[in-house]
Amino acid sequence: MAGGASDTVVRTGRTSRFVIYTILTVFCIYYLLPLYVMVVNSLKPLDEIRGGGMLSLPQAWTLAPWSSAWSTAQIGVEATGLRPYFLNSILMVVPAVVISTLLGALNGYVLTKWRFRGDTIIFGLMLFGCFIPFQMVLIPMARMLGLMGLAGTVPGLVFVHLVYGIGFSTLYFRNYYAQFPTELVRAAMIDGAGFFKIFQRIMLPSSGPIAVVCIIWQFTNIWNDFLFGASFADFDSQPMTVALNNLVSSSTGVKEYNVHFAGAIMAALPTLLVYVVAGRFFVRGLMAGSVKG
Amino acid sequence: MGFLDIKKATKSYGAMQVLHETNISVEEGEFLVLVGPSGCGKSTLLNMIAGLEEVTSGEIAIRNQRMNEVRPADRNIAMVFQSYALYPNMNVAQNIAFGLEMHGVPKPKRDEAVRDVAELLQITQLLTRKPGQLSGGQRQRVAMGRALVRDPDVFLFDEPLSNLDAKLRVDMRTEIKKLHQKLGTTIVYVTHDQIEALTLSTRIAVMFGGHVQQLGTPKEIYDNPANMFVAGFMGSPSMNLFQAKIAVANGVPQAEFSLESGQIGVLPIVDPSVASHAGRSVILGIRPEAITDLDGADRNSKAIHTVKANVEITEPAGSDTFVVSAFGGTEITGRFRADVDVKPGDVFPFAVNMEKAVLFDPETEQRI
Ligand SMILES: Nc1ncnc2c1ncn2[C@@H]1O[C@H](COP(=O)(O)OP(=O)(O)OP(=O)(O)O)[C@@H](O)[C@H]1O
Ligand SMILES: [Mg+2]
Repeated sequence: MAGGASDTVVRTGRTSRFVIYTILTVFCIYYLLPLYVMVVNSLKPLDEIRGGGMLSLPQAWTLAPWSSAWSTAQIGVEATGLRPYFLNSILMVVPAVVISTLLGALNGYVLTKWRFRGDTIIFGLMLFGCFIPFQMVLIPMARMLGLMGLAGTVPGLVFVHLVYGIGFSTLYFRNYYAQFPTELVRAAMIDGAGFFKIFQRIMLPSSGPIAVVCIIWQFTNIWNDFLFGASFADFDSQPMTVALNNLVSSSTGVKEYNVHFAGAIMAALPTLLVYVVAGRFFVRGLMAGSVKG
Repeated sequence: MGFLDIKKATKSYGAMQVLHETNISVEEGEFLVLVGPSGCGKSTLLNMIAGLEEVTSGEIAIRNQRMNEVRPADRNIAMVFQSYALYPNMNVAQNIAFGLEMHGVPKPKRDEAVRDVAELLQITQLLTRKPGQLSGGQRQRVAMGRALVRDPDVFLFDEPLSNLDAKLRVDMRTEIKKLHQKLGTTIVYVTHDQIEALTLSTRIAVMFGGHVQQLGTPKEIYDNPANMFVAGFMGSPSMNLFQAKIAVANGVPQAEFSLESGQIGVLPIVDPSVASHAGRSVILGIRPEAITDLDGADRNSKAIHTVKANVEITEPAGSDTFVVSAFGGTEITGRFRADVDVKPGDVFPFAVNMEKAVLFDPETEQRI
């Protein structure tokens, strides 16, 4: 990783270093190859792909598969492209991530700094909730959504992901806040700050690193979810993952591989973006100096 | 009725009682130090005064107003924590102003108050820094500033100096004392350092095992410890405590104890009423500075008596030499002048100031 030889304990010889780097390079290529294939083939006309040579660069570069996947491709019965479903996914993932992270932070704060009778039991139950297999809740959840009038809607999906997400976000924040010095909360209490003021002014500003972890985790999971999307969404509220599946499986006649590749990359881009953007804020050491040492 | 009253206060966690019934009445402007070994309940009592821990039974009152149900923020107290507890996301000025902001003080007033306090504590040049960019001593000052700016009825300190190095600790101790003399605010201060307790306080409460063992001025605590725990805990090196038997010779009570040499050491006791204990075993308590060489003995004392005893070890400490011997089978330490010629193995006359001697019952460990 970064830093290289200067912080390795064992001094490696020239040959062994050569061997190590060769192996690493091979693995790197092995893992990057699928991405390469996807990108390259999404930029070719279809007959180039049919003519074989998945690995070769396009002879005639074209963005047509991309625009087709985005706005004109056949998804299910309609030729809308992935655009409306991309929007559905955004409308689903943003509120679900924001709310589950905030609620997780609030839960973690209460479970560590405002302990009450039975708090460990509640936390235990939430943890348990994290590990219930998705398939088990499908039918009860469908019934619940029906009762709430949210069946087949984007808010319904937000609700489902929220319920599943809170367990994890609570776990993250609880463990993080357990290390947070309780004396800070006590000092703020004496200074006259109330429950929410302490949360907002003292706890949240110090929660950067764990919030980033939580957001990356939630975003990736919710964005990539297929089962809930396929089970609880109607045609007009389907998320990107389900639409992508429909794109790939529903096209009548010829299989437009180049369009499928373009659509798959589109579906993967947002998570990549979140890693790149959020990772930059993954700064440690925000707590330095609050207490001794 | 004092300024801050602790009336029959107790604290239990479940079935475990960590603070037994405690009564302390603090006058306005007093500097009360709670001192005792780790786990004796000092912080618990302080947190009860602050309102951070509930009072299990009894009452805490400030200015004759019952505080038990009052929120910490409304008690008009300020607290300095052992870890300083500075808000890491705010700079020094914001840290100091936070309490005022929460109490709805308008911004211009807050700024003025922060400036004044910063000047008083000489941290003006630090106001824009984050706590992470401060040294231990500077953090300590900021923590004090945060308490001072509120102008509270009572200051609470929980071991504020224990994270500082020895030199800085002594400096800050002096500063806290100066500050108290200047502001005259009532202070309750927790420490496990008996020197801090003796130097800072106007009164000391010595605690052990959830009980207040003794409450008194530093001089009372030092000269007249109520029991063997207080005697042993306060003072450094600590008070010599050794077994002796009371006898009466010529109508004067005296303490007799064995020496290394096999002989019996004899020290007449000043208080004649001790004669009624004749024949009983007691614990004799004498501070190291009351056992010295003959020329170094207190000239104003009318009860200097010598005991010839073996010198086991000498520990030169610059200004004094500590001389170790054994009285009544227990190691005792005397504080001799530095230039006295005394070597291990010598038999030397130890001059004991019996005016400063105290007696304890070996069973109850209480003062006789
Ligand atoms: N939440 C709690 N539950 C149970 N026991 C507790 C709790 N908090 C403190 N205690 C116990 O109460 C006793 C007194 O604790 P306290 O913190 O007042 O000690 P202290 O005198 O301040 O010690 P130190 O000098 O180490 O800070 C200790 O024996 C401790 O174990
Ligand atoms: Mg303590």
